[in-house]
Amino acid sequence: MKHLLSTHDLSRTDIESLLNVADHMAEINQRPVPKVPALRGKTVASVFFEDSTRTRLSFETAAKRLSADVMTFSASSSSVNKGESIRDTIETLSAMGVDAFIVRHRSSGVPLAVTSWTSASVINAGDGWHQHPTQALLDAYTITRERKAGNDLHGVRVAIVGDVKHSRVARSTTHVLTSLGATVTLVAPSTLLPNDVTAQAATATTNFDEVIEHCDVLYMLRMQKERMDHALVPDIAEYCDRFALTPARAQRLAPGALLMHPGPMNRGVEMQVDPNDVAQSRILTQVTNGIAVRMAVLFSLLGSGSASNLSKGNE
Amino acid sequence: MADHSLSGQSSEAVGSAVVLSQSDIRRAITRISHEIVERSSDLADVIVIGMQTGGVWIAEAICRNLATIEPTVEVPLGAVDITMYRDDYSLRPVVTGAPTNIPVELTGKTVVLVDDVLYTGRTVRAALEALNDHGRPRRVQLAVLVDRGHRELPIRPDFVGKNIPTHISDEVDVSEDAVVVRS
Repeated sequence: MKHLLSTHDLSRTDIESLLNVADHMAEINQRPVPKVPALRGKTVASVFFEDSTRTRLSFETAAKRLSADVMTFSASSSSVNKGESIRDTIETLSAMGVDAFIVRHRSSGVPLAVTSWTSASVINAGDGWHQHPTQALLDAYTITRERKAGNDLHGVRVAIVGDVKHSRVARSTTHVLTSLGATVTLVAPSTLLPNDVTAQAATATTNFDEVIEHCDVLYMLRMQKERMDHALVPDIAEYCDRFALTPARAQRLAPGALLMHPGPMNRGVEMQVDPNDVAQSRILTQVTNGIAVRMAVLFSLLGSGSASNLSKGNE
Repeated sequence: MADHSLSGQSSEAVGSAVVLSQSDIRRAITRISHEIVERSSDLADVIVIGMQTGGVWIAEAICRNLATIEPTVEVPLGAVDITMYRDDYSLRPVVTGAPTNIPVELTGKTVVLVDDVLYTGRTVRAALEALNDHGRPRRVQLAVLVDRGHRELPIRPDFVGKNIPTHISDEVDVSEDAVVVRS
């Protein structure tokens, strides 16, 4: 595996290998000195054309814990403001010697385009409505490790609630979780449900109250403010009434269920309850696990043969 | 018997030879266990750490033996994964077993590092670096079931089950049932 652009590049075996390698990384992260020399001499460039807090810091921390050198590029403080194109930017950084680009852009397909402008590995850190593969992997890691029953998710019922249609997180996470056997229900008003529910191997409903008691994982999505300005959500109060996680709804979650959110949260919009008050919340666990999973991805792309070689046999 | 099957097979013979049988392996591990007890002034300072993946079952067997020889002392058992410390990770497909598990702080301890086969010494070098990230042991001793020679680094074992001269192109397969040299 040279690039990670989409969860569709990953077979079930690849996904399970990455999750198993992430266990090794999680052990490293618990040490007094959480750093190993595995990627010494490699250079990783994080190239974000769209704002990000956790994904960028998570990737950069992951790279540093593997002893890679990190170059940081953000569009807002760069020559992009002088009109430099993405291609010129990538080719310039490439000429400085980069082994992997971590790319985020608001347009779908930019990470794929970047692969044709550099010989380095490219990791998609979120492109438009398309994909966010490391988020999906860290979600799968969080669910499987919290359940402590191996990598298989057969019989696990996941409800993903919110603006599913415009969410690269929902698209990627649905694919990885269903690949591992989970049953995914997408919950949103019909204007925010995707057109390809069946192709995503999921089911859909507009009735949140019907599913909340019957899910093992409740995955809340961020309600993006820009959507509220369009006709998709005519009335935010009505939306919240039907689709927000209120204290009353949180009470109805099963005791063993997991509450997850990819962040950043909109408190008072989709999250009307403080997650710190919800025992089932694993939102910060997701953040912690994100580092281990991104270390596994970086190591698999830069440190070894293909991911599928990783957890096999001996010598 | 093991010596017998070995003679004359090291370089020219084609095929495989069993150099240690199941009972040979058991006796070798028992002897190593006794040597560990003899050479440690205080067994309470000792921790046995197997190298993932081949050294782990041997480390477990040594710990069981130590519990029989000195029932009053409980010697902790650990495992170290050296994947992230290899100097050749980009040269060949990387293999990972279970994650590192070191149950106690290593500073001040005597670590007995256990592997199945000692060959170039590069895995041991990587393991020493990995141990370093878990504290500063008072000393580290190396126990191996088989020393097949051809060292590429200044590393020597403290406890050896059996020295087996091999050709550099031979393969040594170790399981709990037998040690087999294929040429």
